[in-house]
Amino acid sequence: MADDIATSEPAAEPAPSPQGEQRPDPQPPVLRIENVVKTFGSFRAVDGLSLDIRAGEFFALLGPSGCGKTTLLRMLAGFEAPDEGRILLSGEDIAQMLPHQRPVNMMFQNYALFPHLNVRDNIAFGLRRAGMPRAEIATRVAEMVALVRLEGLEKRKPDQLSGGQKQRVALARSLARRPQVLLLDEPMAALDKKLRETTQAELMELQRRLGMTFIIVTHDQEEAMTVATRIGVMNAGRLEQVAVPRRLYEEPASRWVAEFVGDINLFEGEVTAREPLRLRVATATAGELVAAQPVAAIGEGRVAVAIRPEKIRLALRRPAGDAAAINCVEGAITDASYLGGKTVYKVRLDGGAVLHAAQANTARLDADGYGLNQRIVAWFTPDDCVVLER
Amino acid sequence: MSARRIFSRPARFAAIAPYVWMVLFFLVPFAFVAKISLSQTAIAQPPYTPVFSLAEGWSSLSEAFAALSLDNFRLLLSDDLYLASYLRSVIVALTSTAILLLIGYPIAYGMARLPKRWQGIAMMLVIIPFWTSFLIRIYAWVNILQHDGLLNQILLALHLVSTPVVWLSTDSAMYVGIVYSYLPFMILPLFATLTKLEPALEEAAADLGATPREIFWLVTFPLSLPGVGAGALLCFIPIVGEFVIPDLLAGSKSLMIGQTLWLEFFTNKDWPVASSIAVVLLAVLLLPLLLYDRLQRRQLEESR
Amino acid sequence: MPKPSRLSRFNVASLSLGLAFLYLPILILVIYSFNASRLVTVWGGWSMRWYHEFFNDRAMIDAAWMSLRVGATSATVATVLGTLAAVALSRGQGFRGRMLFSGMLYAPLVMPEVITGLSLLLLFVALDAERGFWTVTIAHTTLTMCFVAVVVQSRLVSLDRSLEEAAMDLGCDPLRAFVMVTLPLIAPAVVAGWLLAFTLSLDDLVIASFTTGPGSATLPIRIYSEVRLGVKPEINAICTLVIGLIAVVIVIASLASKLSSDRGESAAPL
Repeated sequence: MADDIATSEPAAEPAPSPQGEQRPDPQPPVLRIENVVKTFGSFRAVDGLSLDIRAGEFFALLGPSGCGKTTLLRMLAGFEAPDEGRILLSGEDIAQMLPHQRPVNMMFQNYALFPHLNVRDNIAFGLRRAGMPRAEIATRVAEMVALVRLEGLEKRKPDQLSGGQKQRVALARSLARRPQVLLLDEPMAALDKKLRETTQAELMELQRRLGMTFIIVTHDQEEAMTVATRIGVMNAGRLEQVAVPRRLYEEPASRWVAEFVGDINLFEGEVTAREPLRLRVATATAGELVAAQPVAAIGEGRVAVAIRPEKIRLALRRPAGDAAAINCVEGAITDASYLGGKTVYKVRLDGGAVLHAAQANTARLDADGYGLNQRIVAWFTPDDCVVLER
Repeated sequence: MSARRIFSRPARFAAIAPYVWMVLFFLVPFAFVAKISLSQTAIAQPPYTPVFSLAEGWSSLSEAFAALSLDNFRLLLSDDLYLASYLRSVIVALTSTAILLLIGYPIAYGMARLPKRWQGIAMMLVIIPFWTSFLIRIYAWVNILQHDGLLNQILLALHLVSTPVVWLSTDSAMYVGIVYSYLPFMILPLFATLTKLEPALEEAAADLGATPREIFWLVTFPLSLPGVGAGALLCFIPIVGEFVIPDLLAGSKSLMIGQTLWLEFFTNKDWPVASSIAVVLLAVLLLPLLLYDRLQRRQLEESR
Repeated sequence: MPKPSRLSRFNVASLSLGLAFLYLPILILVIYSFNASRLVTVWGGWSMRWYHEFFNDRAMIDAAWMSLRVGATSATVATVLGTLAAVALSRGQGFRGRMLFSGMLYAPLVMPEVITGLSLLLLFVALDAERGFWTVTIAHTTLTMCFVAVVVQSRLVSLDRSLEEAAMDLGCDPLRAFVMVTLPLIAPAVVAGWLLAFTLSLDDLVIASFTTGPGSATLPIRIYSEVRLGVKPEINAICTLVIGLIAVVIVIASLASKLSSDRGESAAPL
């Protein structure tokens, strides 16, 4: 499972050589991005980024606004040209090609449906440009209309459609040309939560069925986790980490990723002892913590111990004789937020740190949980800890 | 290369035809105005001595430079008539702009407070007179303001006056005409700025204890200043050079500069003097024109 | 901006007085054009007499025909040039002389007409061009293309750029993207631009006076010379006809702008 921790780190490195790559790719990547740089004035929007995307993948570019993910997507579509680097699509460098010359299509954030054309003409637009025979266009449009379940709406103009219908027209339009790669720019940003969830499911189902390569840009981590087979987390024009959703959450590569994806407790400290399978870290605010030795070797210097809130167990007393409970800290509850499925407690540790601990509400008629100012013991296993250098 | 650039190249080709046209029929003519303003008056057709003609080559050019004269400009300075016209034009334009602002602001403000669907109708109603012929609108006022016109008839019928009042050929008539003609130019930029104001700003001011009067003077008015500037310039600049309105409505005692230019050109056939009047008028308007250009540019960038 | 309830009595008063001020003079003019009496101010009952008079006035008819021809020709040329200029300004980034270009397009909007008229005349004289239909048409094109450019440009600027990008993404080169997507979407503004150019040309007295030659007076020139001699009922009739024509133009323009607002974009008629 140790594939792809392709980080953006050394810009000097010519090709991405994902660290810990153990099995060779069965096929060359459909899309290879090599050391791409894009600056706007003095602002480096994309800063020496390299990434491989395999055929049939549903890849998500995730990051906060302004991280360069949209710029990267626009470079793939051809609306921006990189200042440096190459973009290889099936081995051909397309970096300087104009948008209409590229075999990729894009689904726009606001859909960009042509308001003067009806649904059918919107979907057929790209096919006509490609010079496809009329009969074939009609067949393909019908196929696309059926694919996104828009039957009966072919004659409607975009402003006679609901948000969800517009979204499906945009999808059909960008799929109609059967692009080698489909780019999706925040495709569900304009939909409400319920519709977004069903649309996500449909999109995944569609991608699996067509076996096409999808690249989606989103700032919504739940969305990325739901739809994508692999996620690239971007920050300040670079890739922080590329991994499958589970690894991104459980094995973040850096403090930044750990804090960006989900909620996490970070304790700064120094390694005091190295055991075969374990590291001892002395933290200033939570005492000494014991963590499992990570895959990559940890060097000297400051590190952070990271624990997800739901991995922490709370008790009124120290769990006697529990071997797992090596990491055991004490403190007082300062805040409790009931969130339905879980309750998040804030615990002020005696060392000074504030710990977030999530407890699943497994029983309906449970007690009220812990009260404010209650003394409490929080404990977690070394395997639940991740030691981060960056 | 960015997306903008992709479109940029064909877009630049689009510029060629209008660019050439404007250089040929807007920029180059000014060179002729400048040239003729420096030449001598002659009783001929055309009524000036050519300063130089390119056909005679470079030697004539140096001769021509020697023959250039500032006589026309000296005349403009020495004769009170011209100075008085310039002064009158600027004063009339300033006064009219102030009146337009006083009348136009409440109207624009009222429009901005209309419900959304009424705003479009109100805007159309303000724009329609702008489409209607300028000359006809002035003529409509001649109809009303003349000696036995509607206004005097009403005043007499209401016994407000005992003898007809002289309206036509007075400055008041001219101001009525100017305000009437330029009102849409003042209202539209003001309205555009006022509608863009966030209603929440006024609500926030009220929430923080401001009275309606304070809300207007401390929040609404300062934020509408760009519209005030645009409207004022849009009115001031053309009013300075106005010809038709003062000619038809004001008396002939004192002339605005547009009338003086017209007079020199059509009646006195003194093209060089007319040209130098135009040059000086352009110089007077240069600063407001530059301000207006900057405002246009900024507005465009904001809407981008 | 605010809710209807915020409309104060002052707002209502200033609005209704303002609109009355704008429309009453025109209304009075129209009514008096149907006055049977030769004395302009004495109401002598309804009559079409002055319209008959106008249609028998050869010189006036000629001037009106000249104005219509100049208006239609200059508006058409101005619409083409103005639209091109608007495209260059809104889509062409930083080409050489862009500042000068935009300056040349904005300046005539406010430039006193006496200056524009005089400078064009001096050019025509220097070129030894015969003054008449074509000189007036060129002069009007120069003025009105700037208005067209502003109208079309404001539409182009508010147009969603991703529509053009989508067209290119789907296989259009930039030129085809413009023709297939941008042009249909700005068409209402282009139509409105033509109509505005037409009415501006129909309206102009000063520039036409400078640039026309003997024997080819436009309607405003004829009207002006009559008005200088005093109010004539026939002029009321002509003015009413012009107003009627412009009213038709406005109806078409507002239909065009309604069409464009139906497409989900805000449409400014100016």
